[in-house]
Amino acid sequence: MIPDDFTYAAPTNLPQVWDLLRQHEGDAKILAGGQSHIPLMKLRLASPAYLIDLRNVPGLTTLAERDGSLIIGAMVTETTLERSPLVRQRYAGIYDASAVVADPIVRNFATVGGNVAHADPANDHPAMLLALRANVTLQGSRGSRTMSLDDFMVDTFETALQGDEVLSEIRVPSPPPQSGSAYIKLERKVGDYAIAAVGAAVTLENGVCSRVGIGLTNVGPKAIRATQAETFLTGKQPDDASIRETARLAADAAQPTTDLHGPADYKRAMVQTLTARVLRLAVQRATAGGGQ
Amino acid sequence: MTQHVKLTINGRPYEADVPSRLLLVHFIREVAGLTGTHIGCDTTSCGACTVLVNGTPAKSCTLFAVQTDGANISTVEGLEQGGTLHPIQEGFYEEHGLQCGFCTPGMMMTSIAFLQENPDPTDDEIRHAISGNLCRCTGYMQIVKAVQYAARKMRDEQATPNTADSSAATATEAEVIR
Repeated sequence: MIPDDFTYAAPTNLPQVWDLLRQHEGDAKILAGGQSHIPLMKLRLASPAYLIDLRNVPGLTTLAERDGSLIIGAMVTETTLERSPLVRQRYAGIYDASAVVADPIVRNFATVGGNVAHADPANDHPAMLLALRANVTLQGSRGSRTMSLDDFMVDTFETALQGDEVLSEIRVPSPPPQSGSAYIKLERKVGDYAIAAVGAAVTLENGVCSRVGIGLTNVGPKAIRATQAETFLTGKQPDDASIRETARLAADAAQPTTDLHGPADYKRAMVQTLTARVLRLAVQRATAGGGQ
Repeated sequence: MTQHVKLTINGRPYEADVPSRLLLVHFIREVAGLTGTHIGCDTTSCGACTVLVNGTPAKSCTLFAVQTDGANISTVEGLEQGGTLHPIQEGFYEEHGLQCGFCTPGMMMTSIAFLQENPDPTDDEIRHAISGNLCRCTGYMQIVKAVQYAARKMRDEQATPNTADSSAATATEAEVIR
């Protein structure tokens, strides 16, 4: 399959990227790892006239804890995340999500920034990052702004990026003690998008959930935060009864559609089962200590 | 639009003016004429087109050649050296790691990069590593055995380097792949 013709540019700094985005407004597309976008171009579902590759722009591959946050540069690859001891020990849910994105070869080039900015409801990071209350930093010629991921994810394939802005980094608040996170994905086989997947983040204080985050993948027009489920579990002990009710509320928040993967009712039932499982795992990790 | 692209493939330089939309796999097969790299699904699923880009396995149907300008590419053609099969090739031969052979070049390139990082893997680790490469013939049993064969052989070679035929040329060529 041959994509439509385009002009390729690989600028070496962000101001050049902004210039190109402004010059070719509406016709230009940012290329990160390309593992979602190039398949779309081959199917001619996307035919940008200008492709602006970020590979030569420095400063977009940071992966470090700084000022109370985990900073993930937009061009950090899934493989880098998956292999980072820091991520695995302190942000286990992000590790879980990275390890189930597509397949190991795709993960060598697929980037976290692309996963988020592509805004495909089937992508794995947004739900986990919603649960972890992540923020994103957007940089454009008129300055830099930070917003919650909730505000960034507008709709299917639609984000809050304006004009010449580029998603430059994701910031995940560092977990307080006794925190745990996890992500569980139901997929038919390796490489598939999720039939459904759920990410959860929990902080315990004296045996009670002081903070709860729950995000759902591929059961709606975008990644969904299960707000009512979060509120219900907050302030409660994570016992069987409360987890069961939280899972029911999370399934209520899902907006699945019937497709080749199964009927909507089945997917809703899977969200319920996965939410209970992922919450138990997050609580177990929180109890085991050592951050998330 | 046309762009000048310069690649080193299996230690040999190739350069050409190519359309920006030319996929890496088409550069390898049609510009460089190296047809050992196969196009299978053409949708980033099967891994038949897997090559190493600066040592990292990549699905070459999902990269534009322009994105890899200046890179070192390794393909299946670079494995055999002076009539001697690479341990991974020998493993696929000895353990019957293929029937039709269509997935084999990708399987081998993925396995080589994997064995660099994990020279003594478990069967499960091998299965995880090749989970982005699909084979519709073997059921994977013999492929896992083939990778284990190569792992053993590469460990043995590491332990007792063969000095008899280590000419400078061989070492340089091997550098690109190993």
